[in-house]
Amino acid sequence: MLLKLEKRSQPSTPMLCLTPVIAVGVTMIVGGMIFTSMGYGGFSAVWSIFATPVIDIDKWQDLGIKAAPLILIATGLSIGFRANVWNIGAEGQYVIGALAGTGVALATWHMEGFWILPLMCLAGVLGGMLYAAIPAFLKTRLNVNEVLSSLMLTYAAIQLLYYLMRGPWKDPEGFNFPQSRLFNDSQILPEIGNTFIHLGVPLAFLVAIIAWFLMSRTMFGFEIRVVGAAPDAAQHSGFNRKRTVWMALLGAGGLAGFAGILEAAGPFGQMVPQFPTGYGFTAIIVAFLGRLHPIGIILAGIILAISYVGGEIAQTTIGLPNAATGVFQAMMLFFLLATDILVKYRLRFSHQPRSGAA
Amino acid sequence: MTANAAQTRLELRDISKSFPGVLANDSVSFSVLPGEIHALLGENGAGKSTLVKMIYGIMQPDVGEICLDGKPVHVPNPKAARTMGVGMVFQHFSLFEAMTVLENIALGMDHETSYAELETRIRKVLDEYGLMLDPHRTVSTLSVGERQRIEIVRALLLEPKLLIMDEPTSVLTPQEVAQLFDTLRALAKRDCSILYISHKLHEIQVLCDNATILRGGRVVGECNPTEESSRSMAEMMIGGVLKDIERITGRSLGEERLVVSGLTQPSGKAFGVDLADISFSVRRGEIFGIAGVAGNGQNELLLALSGETTGPQADTVRIDGRPVGNLDANLRRRAGLCSVPEERNGHGAVPEFSLSDNTVLTARCRMGMVKWGIINSRTAFSYARNVIGTFAVKTTGPSSAASSLSGGNLQKFIMGREILQTPDVLVVSQPTWGVDAGAAAAIHQALVDLATPGSAIVVISQDLDELLAICDNLTVVNEGRLSRCLKIGETSVEEIGLLMGGIHGDTTERFHVA
Repeated sequence: MLLKLEKRSQPSTPMLCLTPVIAVGVTMIVGGMIFTSMGYGGFSAVWSIFATPVIDIDKWQDLGIKAAPLILIATGLSIGFRANVWNIGAEGQYVIGALAGTGVALATWHMEGFWILPLMCLAGVLGGMLYAAIPAFLKTRLNVNEVLSSLMLTYAAIQLLYYLMRGPWKDPEGFNFPQSRLFNDSQILPEIGNTFIHLGVPLAFLVAIIAWFLMSRTMFGFEIRVVGAAPDAAQHSGFNRKRTVWMALLGAGGLAGFAGILEAAGPFGQMVPQFPTGYGFTAIIVAFLGRLHPIGIILAGIILAISYVGGEIAQTTIGLPNAATGVFQAMMLFFLLATDILVKYRLRFSHQPRSGAA
Repeated sequence: MTANAAQTRLELRDISKSFPGVLANDSVSFSVLPGEIHALLGENGAGKSTLVKMIYGIMQPDVGEICLDGKPVHVPNPKAARTMGVGMVFQHFSLFEAMTVLENIALGMDHETSYAELETRIRKVLDEYGLMLDPHRTVSTLSVGERQRIEIVRALLLEPKLLIMDEPTSVLTPQEVAQLFDTLRALAKRDCSILYISHKLHEIQVLCDNATILRGGRVVGECNPTEESSRSMAEMMIGGVLKDIERITGRSLGEERLVVSGLTQPSGKAFGVDLADISFSVRRGEIFGIAGVAGNGQNELLLALSGETTGPQADTVRIDGRPVGNLDANLRRRAGLCSVPEERNGHGAVPEFSLSDNTVLTARCRMGMVKWGIINSRTAFSYARNVIGTFAVKTTGPSSAASSLSGGNLQKFIMGREILQTPDVLVVSQPTWGVDAGAAAAIHQALVDLATPGSAIVVISQDLDELLAICDNLTVVNEGRLSRCLKIGETSVEEIGLLMGGIHGDTTERFHVA
């Protein structure tokens, strides 16, 4: 007997929306079984990770703060992924964006004014764009695969961060700790009401909604979608493939850089070597879990934020290792890709053909 | 079992097959005798392909029986079909360009055979049927006719009792068609039955003994093609009266609207064709044909004219005197030149997009669908509805995906999308490729109607009948070069056929005429 994958003529739309939910469900079940077999209370771990952050209203602010950078970066990545531009280096663009914004903050540390924060944000966006321009240039001029170039540049960005933290940007009053000065009040994102949710959180949601409009209603989105779906048709339509690569990478880089400076000027309030926490990579999961659709990405961003917050809870309550969060996140992507195959193809058991007439 | 049934080579009894939403075959029955060449006629979507796929084991019927030599059989897959003596030559070949004929045939064999043994068998088949083919040639160096011969040899090696041919002549020169028919007749003499699918009615008349006509999945008639006219068969196929192309004869053509001069462009792709010194002009009201066997630079020429590939010199292509050779497809469209590429899915249209979104692809500027970078989806929707209505496209509406349309309907939609923009110059490649007779007639009429008020039209086609029916002048493309310009009515099919095969006769004459 043979197992065969047969392409379905039309994947069902309800299933396409349902598979992310199924993937999360299967992740919980399999995750629970794995951690049980390792001697932890597997299903209470699942409960801590996925349910506690939702039930406990105190944790909701945490969810927003963790979801914001994920949503921002994933929105940018999804635009590129729609056009088949595989930017894997959002983490690097996120770090460079944060560094560019920090540069402005350090240059203005003794100043005050409402203009400083917008200037930091602008520098963050431009920094991310500039860093994404390197793979764009390599791809359009020399046909270098953007998966490799953008990924490798991430490590270069992190090394640059380490250098700046230990050298030129070290806080002169910081007792030789490798970290920057604390940002002053004009450089810190304001918090909303009496919560500790910073301004970056609503901004992230707003950006996702703007992206939705851009992708569905404008020529920019149309071009991206056509290039991704049918490159020949894009050429026939008069779209320039190279320009699309540039737009996709600069867009993603800009949003990653923006997320970077919002994170630095928000939760961190300074720049530290521990700044890169893998949001740029987790955002890839968010983008796919959200079906590359801005509204889906908002939901997926919240789910991944739940896994982060829940992972921290599980560390303190049941002593689950920090790596458990990563395991759960990776399983989500894995199961999503697996269920996707089943939506696009159907499994068929075919018997060896009987020879001759039956 | 009756004695009569035992004599038939293939008998279909009440075959039905349905797909979600469509009944592709509705209780189809007919039979083919040993040594008979039997035509299967029908419009696009009439269910011919589904039917032969079931005979060849690619699909299984929901209801009904397939009998070979009087015995009901179950054909689970093509391999089983081949062991039962059923061979098939597809419209599109599955060959590896970089490998030799022998290697390609070896790859397709069900049982492993040594090259030496296979070569002896191939040579035997070639001798038997008088076919010319060198087993050691690399496929990329072969003409389309020769490539088809590989597929035929592949089928003949199995000594089939029944050979299914799916639209085999659409890529051949008239001379190659004659050779193919000789082979098929020789095969039939040796008692092999042939099921011949085609939409070229005059070929069926000279080749086939019997014809079964399908419409909407049902058998609507059986006839002896030699006793019918092409017209009567076409009318049975579409179930209506076929209209003649109405055109004003003897009209004079206006000034030159499209001028191509000295267009030379390397293809830049492996197995692509370089365009060399292409020059021609099309006048107001003229339909200009470019004939030729597939793969002689038609694709490259269409891309160069539509603006998908651009050259450094602007004045190689001029529209109404304006140089556009360095403009991309969208800018050329603004300048008045619209185009329809040969491949519908993924080139002329995005399959997963709605028809409405597909109008934005090429009609956005000329039909005012975009303002400040924002797409006015209402304009796109109503334009799509207009195209669907004017060109009688069978679909549920502008919101349905392009992939849900049959090939012929999608072609009508794409042609309509360009024609309703009333372009100054229209360049189309294979406008009726795989399109049924009714739709083809409608497309031809639309092209004539566009030319009459003053547009200049270029039709690149491998279908010589089509070009002879609608063009004023034509030229032949061979290995990326154009032949001299021929005036319809002053040339013969034989002459065009020779030019298609690359025999240019007096080459210096080109310069005098052009």
